[in-house]
Amino acid sequence: MQEKDEIILGIETSCDETAAAIVKNGTELLSNVVASQIESHKRFGGVVPEIASRHHVEQITIVIEEAMKEADVEFDDLSAIAVTEGPGLVGALLIGVNSAKALALAHSIPLVSVHHIAGHIYANRLQEPMEEFPLLALVVSGGHTELILMKEHGSYEIIGETRDDAAGEAYDKVARTLKLPYPGGPHIDKMAAEGSPEIDLPRAWLEADSFDFSFSGLKSAVINTLHNAKQRGIEINPNDLAASFQESVIEVLVEKTYRAAREYGVKQVVVAGGVAANKGLRGRLTDRFANTGIQLSIPPLWLCTDNAAMIAAAGSIEYQKGKRADMKLNGNPGLELEAF
Amino acid sequence: MIEVEQLQFRLKSPEETVQLGARLAEHLEPGDVITLEGDLGAGKTTFTKGLAKGLHINRVVKSPTFTIIREYKGRLPLYHMDVYRLEDSDEDLGFDEYFEGEGVTVVEWAHLIKDYLPEDRLAITIRLIDEDEREMTIEPIGDRANSVCEEFRNESISD
Repeated sequence: MQEKDEIILGIETSCDETAAAIVKNGTELLSNVVASQIESHKRFGGVVPEIASRHHVEQITIVIEEAMKEADVEFDDLSAIAVTEGPGLVGALLIGVNSAKALALAHSIPLVSVHHIAGHIYANRLQEPMEEFPLLALVVSGGHTELILMKEHGSYEIIGETRDDAAGEAYDKVARTLKLPYPGGPHIDKMAAEGSPEIDLPRAWLEADSFDFSFSGLKSAVINTLHNAKQRGIEINPNDLAASFQESVIEVLVEKTYRAAREYGVKQVVVAGGVAANKGLRGRLTDRFANTGIQLSIPPLWLCTDNAAMIAAAGSIEYQKGKRADMKLNGNPGLELEAF
Repeated sequence: MIEVEQLQFRLKSPEETVQLGARLAEHLEPGDVITLEGDLGAGKTTFTKGLAKGLHINRVVKSPTFTIIREYKGRLPLYHMDVYRLEDSDEDLGFDEYFEGEGVTVVEWAHLIKDYLPEDRLAITIRLIDEDEREMTIEPIGDRANSVCEEFRNESISD
């Protein structure tokens, strides 16, 4: 007799998005529903108004029902419910956690808690296998820039991280300085493709053996470059500035990832987070890891941004390891990946 | 009530900004709120790194722009907020729980949530003079903020 399929409902409410998804056997996506507020982001010109808990409250039930319906599963079919425990905004996290707890209790379904970043990493497993350990994950998003070493499934060691701004944040702040519409990252990426990286901007390599990042100085250098040019009445081609900025970010990200991969003898590198959508970064990573014997996986854009499919995928790992959360589970805004 | 005039400092490097933050932190108590204003790159997060250092927080203080709030544990908890992304949203994210909590709260771009700010606070403005130099102004608002400023000024003079 064939073993019963593992069906997991994932729930994610750590920041802006209210999301639910159903994943089969850890790798097969059955449904993925995200109540996205992209349109309202644009309307408000670069800010995110939809983050208060009540917006998640309004959406959560609808989103879960929709995910269940699309996947054509009933609560009786579920092996477990996986939910983001942290990090994130406490009020936002609580909506997901309490919904998951209520459903788990009402339907007697096992509950599994997931770290948001573990979710981003395991988004890759919905696209291609993640079985080659040690594995290195480069997580680049608005809130994160981290190099994470995995010796096996569900084990995470942060070997490098930003000391100030995240890479995605540096993109957004430079975009703000160039008065570009939100979200700034894709605009800079496009402009960079039109310009040439001829403006000299710093690269923060930090200490020789460090895999940490720093993008705050680069942001200041861009601001200073614009400021000085303005004072001298010199025109700066914004495309060239975008290209130079992007070059600096990408060079450091790619080189540090490559060096870490070599130093730790990793077999597979996976990229995660919203900045993984950046064409410049994708291209350079692909070139750098070509013919190295190290497998590189970059997920498609829809898997890079916040979603619940990734939480279900990471939840599957926890579930298979026998980890369970109980009714004491709470949202943990400062949850650390290594302690998870 | 002692009315302390605002304090002003010239800071010649990011290191000096960190040092000033660390020294100010020694005078802070639970429930103290600091607002930070200044352009992108002025050094708001750098100053907060200094406060964290003075509060004996070992973790690296990262920019909270995307996450809006980051929390750290030290001699006192530090709640580091950047409310830039809340512009025009009129959202109360439960600010009072932080302002009246066990720790010290730092709010970057605080004018965007001015209706929610506590009456007593240290209002700090950082102005870019040139690439390295900054001018920092600390304006006390309310009794508690005035006494912090008074202590800090006396310490600065005796240095």
